[in-house]
Amino acid sequence: MLRFLVRRLALGVLVMWLITVAVFALFFIAPNNVARTLAGRQATPDVVALISHRLGLDQPVWKQYLDFVGKAVRGDLGFDYYHGVPVTDLIAGALPITLSVVIPGAIIWLVLGVFNGVVSAIRPRSFVDRGMTAFALFFYSMPTFLLGLLLLYFLYFRLTLAGSAVFPAGGYAPFTGGLYDWFIHMVLPWFTLALVSAATYTRLTRASMLDVLGEDYVRTARSKGVGERRVVLRHALRAALTPIVTQFGIDVGSLLGGVVVTETVFSLPGLGKTAIDAINQQDLPVIIGIVLFASAAVVVANIVVDAFYAVLDPRVRLH
Amino acid sequence: MANSMPGESPRTEETESVLTGEGQPTTTEPVAEKRIEGRSPWLLAWQRLRRDKVAMISLGVIVLVILGAVFAPLATTITGHPVNEQYRQAGLSPDGLPIGPNSTFWLGTDDLGRDIFVRIAYGARISLLVGVVATALTVVIGVIVGLAAGFLGGIVDTILARLVDVILSVPFLLVAVALVSITGPSLLVTILVIGFFSWASVARIVRGQVLSLREREFVEAARSLGATNSRIMFVDILPNVLAPVIVYASLLIPVVIVVEATLSFLGLGLPPPTADWGGMISESQNYYTVAWWFVVFPGAALLITTLAFNLFGDGVRDAFDPRSDRMFAG
Repeated sequence: MLRFLVRRLALGVLVMWLITVAVFALFFIAPNNVARTLAGRQATPDVVALISHRLGLDQPVWKQYLDFVGKAVRGDLGFDYYHGVPVTDLIAGALPITLSVVIPGAIIWLVLGVFNGVVSAIRPRSFVDRGMTAFALFFYSMPTFLLGLLLLYFLYFRLTLAGSAVFPAGGYAPFTGGLYDWFIHMVLPWFTLALVSAATYTRLTRASMLDVLGEDYVRTARSKGVGERRVVLRHALRAALTPIVTQFGIDVGSLLGGVVVTETVFSLPGLGKTAIDAINQQDLPVIIGIVLFASAAVVVANIVVDAFYAVLDPRVRLH
Repeated sequence: MANSMPGESPRTEETESVLTGEGQPTTTEPVAEKRIEGRSPWLLAWQRLRRDKVAMISLGVIVLVILGAVFAPLATTITGHPVNEQYRQAGLSPDGLPIGPNSTFWLGTDDLGRDIFVRIAYGARISLLVGVVATALTVVIGVIVGLAAGFLGGIVDTILARLVDVILSVPFLLVAVALVSITGPSLLVTILVIGFFSWASVARIVRGQVLSLREREFVEAARSLGATNSRIMFVDILPNVLAPVIVYASLLIPVVIVVEATLSFLGLGLPPPTADWGGMISESQNYYTVAWWFVVFPGAALLITTLAFNLFGDGVRDAFDPRSDRMFAG
């Protein structure tokens, strides 16, 4: 187990290193002159040169890269071009908001997906199964931003018009400002994020459960007189969960993508929205910082999932 | 997705089939007086697909969307409204707001007084073009990488596998948006960015298939006849991995369409005034309280298209591999 973890960690470090190279190459060698943009239209060449020098843009590329990685390893991602705020501070400020969206959202999507999948698998081809299928297909085909806008239209606008203003139009209410306020601001973003992804898990759980329910040991359990509820929940579901854990590891990256859209639609100043704003202003250190941070999150999440998977299924450790 | 089971004859070039003795019924001599009709796996798949009602209806919808895209100028001819024409008088209310569906503007107008119906027809062109071209690019890169990694093995495999890990670890949408913002939005950039970030999954599928195929006798036979590596890869092995690739590709098209719309929604699609569904929905954001048609019709066009592609792709999967669990039509 230890060897597996060490190898997996080494691989994670390698992947992170490759990502820094790629990100650096893409953003620093990109043909756009940040110093020129920052200096404004009226600036003299001297001013542009000075700004270039301050940002270290006049150094050779390899030196810029080493400098960048050296600082990044020590947790210094530089300062944003416009306000001089450390990028790490920006990330630290935006992270709680993103986590407020992502963690409950992911829990809703997993619970919803697995529950619907189990219900479908218990009575395949029944009315309930077909209903769940239609539900899954509908949301699977739904672009996240469209779902967000539709939820806003019906549950904020229409509902408010009808005289019961339950949900706000968007924005973030900090956790510390009252639990209810936070909750009510977050419900629509959670479901926007969760419904689109839950569909995949519904189908995955259904397929996996159908496989497992056909196994001999499930029949044995039943013939021993174990109650159906116990057979489904204790015997079958546990074994059926492995492919779902794997899929979840793969989806952590797309989860962060979904967050970009969800935060934009609901004007939540989390990592995604911060990144989009930075992109619109060409604020490179912020873009790079968030991309690196998000990639690291995906790499770490994958290691955690792999480790978890190795615990669930010992055969994995051999590879 | 183990599609090529032992016993299922791999579809290779006819000459190889004869050489390896793994020939299909078409190449064998008729045993009795009654000639046995050969049916390739492709024909069998098509016959299964044709019986699938849901898939056929979806195909019908897809054909309609394609026709809508091809004959988009016809929408202008019928309504008399060019796609980017702003009807500031007739198309906006006295307060300057979009007007709802009526006999002149069938699906209402947008914030600039343009005809939403005509723009949806033109928008289909962008969605389909990006959907198909970016998927094709993804498949081509993925197949080449997967073939090389699986067949050549060794150091090539290791390097390509790490590359796949990197691509899959990058938060795609974030990087895609950042890239498009640097290069400036255009059709080509959108297609390249989507292709660049999507090939990794195809490569994984192909590599897995190739790993088992390269040990088969027909590869050995080809090698003993002096075939080069590239010939074995592309002539002997490639046809055998096409079925799972086609299945994956047909389910990738709707995903790509959604990604393109999402990029447009985030303001990084094609520059205005291009009519494009994601961009239209994005423009409607500030008007959804006063003009529901502005978000609902482009949204419906997008949703119906992705639904149709998903249902059709699901049918294709079932047709190629009837034992697999279907994603949707249980």
